[in-house]
Amino acid sequence: MKLILEDGTELSGDSFGAHRSVAGEVVFNTSMTGYIETLTDPSYRGQILVLTYPLIGNYGVPPDREAGAMNRPFESNEIQVMGLVVQNYVDHHSHHASRRSLAEWLKSQNIPLLSGIDTRRLTQKLREKGTMRGWVVAGGNVDWEKKNADRVDMRKEVFELVAPKETVTHDGKGAHILLVDAGCKDNICRSLLERGAKVTRAPYHADIVALAQEADGVLLGNGPGDPKDLSELIAKVRELLGTYSKPMMGVCLGNQILALAAGGDTGPLKYGHRSVNQPVQDLLTRRCYITSQNHGYHVLDESLPDDWEPWFVNLNDGTNEGVRHRSKPFFSVQFHPEASPGPQDTAYLFDDYLRLVAAVRS
Amino acid sequence: MYGAYIPKKPKRVLILGSGALQIGQAGEFDYSGSQCIKAMREEHVYTVLINPNIATIQTSEGFADKIYLAAVTPEFVERVIAKEEIDAILLSFGGQTALNCGVELDKLGVYDKYNVRVLGTPLTAIRDTEDRQLFKDRLAEIDVKTARSFAANNIEEGREAVKKIGLPVMLRGAFSLGGKGSAVVRTEEEVETALKRAFAAVPQVLVEEYLAGWKEVEYEVVRDFRDSCITVCNMENFDPMGIHTGESIVVAPSQTLNDEEYHVLRTIAIKVVRHLGIVGECNIQYALDPFSTDYRVIEVNARLSRSSALASKATGYPLAYVAAKLALGYTLPEIPNGITRRTTAFFEPALDYLVCKFPRWDLTKFKGASMKIGSEMKSVGEVMAIGRTFPEVIQKATRMLDIGVHGVDPEKFVREDLDTALSEPTPLRVFHIAKALKEGYTVERIHELTRIDRWFLHALSNIVDMYKRLDGCKAEGRIDADTMRRAKELGFSDAGMSIATGINHKKIRRDRIELGITPHIAKIDTLAAEFPAETNYLYSTYHATAHESPTTRKKKILVLGSGCYRIGSSVEFDWCCVNAAKAAEELGYETIMLNYNPETVSTDYDVCDKLIFDEVSYESVLDVWDKEQPDGVIVSMGGQVPNNLALRLAKDGVKILGTSAEDIDRAEDRSKFSALLDELGVDQPRWTHLTDISKVDEMVAELGGFPILVRPSYVLSGAAMSVAHEKHELVRILERAKAVSSDHPVVLTAFETNAREVEIDAVADNGEIVLWAISEHIEDAGVHSGDATLMLPPQSISIPTIHKARGIAAELAKALKITGPFNVQMLAKKGAVRVIECNLRASRSLPFVSKVTGNNFVSEATRRMLGVRKPVTNHALDLAYVGAKVPMFSFPRLVGADPLLGVEMASTGEVGCFGDDANEALMHSLLATGFRYPKKGVLLSLGPVSDKYSFTEEAKVLAEIGLPIYATPGTAEMLASVNVKCIELSKQEGAEGSAMDIIDQGKVDLVINVPRSYDDQGRPDGYLIRRRAVDAELPLITDLMLARALVEAIRARRDSTSLRILSWDEYLDRKPMALR
Repeated sequence: MKLILEDGTELSGDSFGAHRSVAGEVVFNTSMTGYIETLTDPSYRGQILVLTYPLIGNYGVPPDREAGAMNRPFESNEIQVMGLVVQNYVDHHSHHASRRSLAEWLKSQNIPLLSGIDTRRLTQKLREKGTMRGWVVAGGNVDWEKKNADRVDMRKEVFELVAPKETVTHDGKGAHILLVDAGCKDNICRSLLERGAKVTRAPYHADIVALAQEADGVLLGNGPGDPKDLSELIAKVRELLGTYSKPMMGVCLGNQILALAAGGDTGPLKYGHRSVNQPVQDLLTRRCYITSQNHGYHVLDESLPDDWEPWFVNLNDGTNEGVRHRSKPFFSVQFHPEASPGPQDTAYLFDDYLRLVAAVRS
Repeated sequence: MYGAYIPKKPKRVLILGSGALQIGQAGEFDYSGSQCIKAMREEHVYTVLINPNIATIQTSEGFADKIYLAAVTPEFVERVIAKEEIDAILLSFGGQTALNCGVELDKLGVYDKYNVRVLGTPLTAIRDTEDRQLFKDRLAEIDVKTARSFAANNIEEGREAVKKIGLPVMLRGAFSLGGKGSAVVRTEEEVETALKRAFAAVPQVLVEEYLAGWKEVEYEVVRDFRDSCITVCNMENFDPMGIHTGESIVVAPSQTLNDEEYHVLRTIAIKVVRHLGIVGECNIQYALDPFSTDYRVIEVNARLSRSSALASKATGYPLAYVAAKLALGYTLPEIPNGITRRTTAFFEPALDYLVCKFPRWDLTKFKGASMKIGSEMKSVGEVMAIGRTFPEVIQKATRMLDIGVHGVDPEKFVREDLDTALSEPTPLRVFHIAKALKEGYTVERIHELTRIDRWFLHALSNIVDMYKRLDGCKAEGRIDADTMRRAKELGFSDAGMSIATGINHKKIRRDRIELGITPHIAKIDTLAAEFPAETNYLYSTYHATAHESPTTRKKKILVLGSGCYRIGSSVEFDWCCVNAAKAAEELGYETIMLNYNPETVSTDYDVCDKLIFDEVSYESVLDVWDKEQPDGVIVSMGGQVPNNLALRLAKDGVKILGTSAEDIDRAEDRSKFSALLDELGVDQPRWTHLTDISKVDEMVAELGGFPILVRPSYVLSGAAMSVAHEKHELVRILERAKAVSSDHPVVLTAFETNAREVEIDAVADNGEIVLWAISEHIEDAGVHSGDATLMLPPQSISIPTIHKARGIAAELAKALKITGPFNVQMLAKKGAVRVIECNLRASRSLPFVSKVTGNNFVSEATRRMLGVRKPVTNHALDLAYVGAKVPMFSFPRLVGADPLLGVEMASTGEVGCFGDDANEALMHSLLATGFRYPKKGVLLSLGPVSDKYSFTEEAKVLAEIGLPIYATPGTAEMLASVNVKCIELSKQEGAEGSAMDIIDQGKVDLVINVPRSYDDQGRPDGYLIRRRAVDAELPLITDLMLARALVEAIRARRDSTSLRILSWDEYLDRKPMALR
């Protein structure tokens, strides 16, 4: 089995998952744990994922979720990536929660797994050239395989694939939050529920302006792709920004949507942030946190309108990690406070947000 | 309010060092202390260091502004504080020694008295972590779980606590290092002895629920005073709970934890560290239930530790350096990341490799020592292997240990009782696991016996499967490309494949290179390639597909490091390697360091232009040579490991700098060397070859009878060197010696008694000596030079003897065409000087002689090897002070071991101190190894009659001082005959008023026990006294000459106030009267 990149690079390895060809953007993640969370993160929909850490599969995979359940470590009901590329796949898994190997799980969902690739070298290449298109090729007739490889259209189809089919409400005793889902990780929803909130999880194409009126606050979740392809959602959020007075929070894609709706701009990062060790600093308190991140686009600080300000900054490259309105309760972060995978340092943001929601409500 | 913060910097900072290397506290503190000093100097803070370990980098020129080579005790530290007008102190860079001393100083009110600030973690936090009960209480405040336990302050309370918890229990000592005083107690019978032992070592013991089979996981945490907090690294022990983490094989990052477990523990770590208020670095240890996410916090070390050194090397994150900056009041985002040079210290490294730490034990060196490993640390060093699979790193690691294995070979250490070998951990358990796998044990079965996670066992079974596959290549006489590649990816060496297949390793190498299967150099960049990094921290792996570090065209040299610390090779060789690299750098060379010991300064990526953290083996050196094409390789600075490679490397075209490989061989090969001495007409003890064991009688006659010294070639620290007193013993020793090294001949030498031993350390250039120094042993010849007490300049030998010795050294330098460092050991007796051995490499005493004479022998040797000749002034004898080098032993940790000195080295470290005269230097040095002035009484038990009587003057001195003397019957008789009062004791164990009783009752605080002779076993009754003294942590002297020197020193310097506290430069500045 081979991985072929659009620049012509060809890397051969061993096939462990489904033996079929797929196409997609090739992206990497350097986290050392969390392959189950990452593989089920809808932000990766349509992409071929390279895990830089050289040993993958160590702790196996727990059984599938029961229907309707939202339990860890899964971040959605299915594997989102098109294919997985690793250095050394470990078949002999060992963990009390494990019921099957990673390869078995991938096979069960028809996802290819290519092992035996120098993923450090590959990561360097992806880092330098930016996101590249690539193919995992299962058969000998490369041209035919490439042409017929399964793929996802990343402009529109990808959002339709990851968003829920319908609006669902999870009960809770606390404030009522509208979670706008364009590929939102389950742990954002769990983070709200664990803190007692009632959550209405609506697809990005629902009538969120109306739904927002019934809720005590809005949370724009993460998702795949280029935020500018969600122009309808941006327009709706822009409408809310003008009229809404309840707290609105954004996470990752939500950060970009909020900034775009406010009149700011986004652009691709030179080096995408794809790891769980991203240092950020709160520009108000100067405190620093380690965060989990996965994004190739970022908000351009200088594009922000006057009534908005940067909130967090990335300590590695100085790029924007969050914005906030100077007077209204609108704010968002580029990183993932819900972690999973990754460090839980910024989970307090959910507490802060819900506290604010409660304060505004009363 | 949040503008740039300018910390209030102290003016004069005192850094406490860790003293002599001992089990549980090794070279890692030289690394952390050196980093700390570097950080302070960058901030223009005046630094004062107190550390008696003369072989360290931190006590070298160019580091601290002032260096005090003195014991790290409250008294001396206070005197330094007063003298140097110290306004701040750092306690966390010198291990448990520094921390305990720091806590003591606080209790004594020293900080208040002199207005000294404690930088970094506040004392309250240190106490919260050290006092077991406080620790539990503090963690309970934030709902963090600790093991169910009770702190006991005496044996009675201990018994109660055991009852409350119920067996089995774990005992842990407070305020201790390396798990001293700890034990797993399983049965009623063990309770009493375990408690007794524990309380002999520590003042407080924690009786704790025993979490057998739980995973053991650690995190290294850094926090700044503004509460930014990160975890730099986590690590998982291969061995589950019950084996001290210093005794465990450890991997980083953790391998069997899922994301939730990893981050739940990480979050708790940060919560705990914030709650305790640590500022700087600390380590937190957990037990993790293998069946759930249940956990217990085991302990927090509020200081730099062995684990932090390991984590620094595993990730490239300079923990000690950052901790030092944080102690000055910086915050993490204000400190730049030295590896990437683009990011800050506020980040968590992502690894795209894994590391494996493997401890090195030397238990077989100690007669009677238990081979079991457990909750107390016994290992003397460790290695770290970097790679991309577990089989790869563990196989590398086992080779790095230098115990004669080429990987996890199932057939290497075969034991009959495989089940016991698996269930009772020993240093060799991993090999027994391999054997069991080969014998068809299932992973499940091995897991039941060892409780080691199945993940590790499955990985080991991949190695065993490859052994089987390689076995299949035997018939064909060649290894196919796929097998070759897979074997390499599993960490097999060429030599390992050679053993498995019977194919010559050179042919394997040739075939392999022809097949294009070669390793590549990969970078450690702290960010797993996510950002570009200008790093020079490298390792080699067969999983990488391209070299990351470009080969330059500059003139360059490769320095081969000393590898793993062990008895006989430790921090002194690291000092040599670092100084050699620095000297070469000053001459404009690019420097490449090859070493694999995480406890060293040489493996700090700042030291060289390139650091290749990898094996120092024939294969790996050739790989580096092929890639880097240096102008030469320095093999003479890293001790015996690189020295042993010289001849083979030279034969393969590697350019060895300095003395030629052939000449190195002429000195190393005992037989060739002895022949050379005869040829030169240089006197040597009578010697002969071992040719045939059946001719033993003839050989003995030829040598003039017993005792006879048996010496194999190419050995460091007298490994396998023994003295035989009669025929059966000799035959037994010969058989053992042959097993050690079949390639090199064994030489028998007449063993000289009552002779003085002198050593010359020198640097020569083309056969001419350019620098030299001569030291004298206090002990008579027969005590290994690494265990001997050295005096520089010599104190008792005559000037003609010195001249003769100097002349012999010159002749040897000429005959062996030496360029570089060398060391000659000689016997002096009745005007005759005889050569025992000569090493054409840096010796253990080189840092000592360099620092005492003020001439850096290593720098000079390096310059000479690189062809630079500048005249040097040499002060070999005309010194206006005396330096003493004293060994440090770790016998209290080695249960059962006989604390007796002999021809095999047993010390784990050393100190070197100065004085106006021999007495002062000796007392300073002894105090620095933990010796205390006797106040209560002295126990004398002297061996042979001659020894007894040659101690009469000293006995009188002891009586005059007013110390009660207790003596065993023979000695008491002698004392009576010379009218010295004493209390006679029985040697009988259990008898009332026995020597052992007196020790137990705490009536004596100095034990002088000179055995009848240096025989192989030691007399049993003497053993009991010695062992009891060591177990009670009493100063013990077992050599008559040293005992005499000690008593003389006590007479001349009655207490520690009579010892002056002068800095190193104050001694060196004394203008000597030239003795030309």
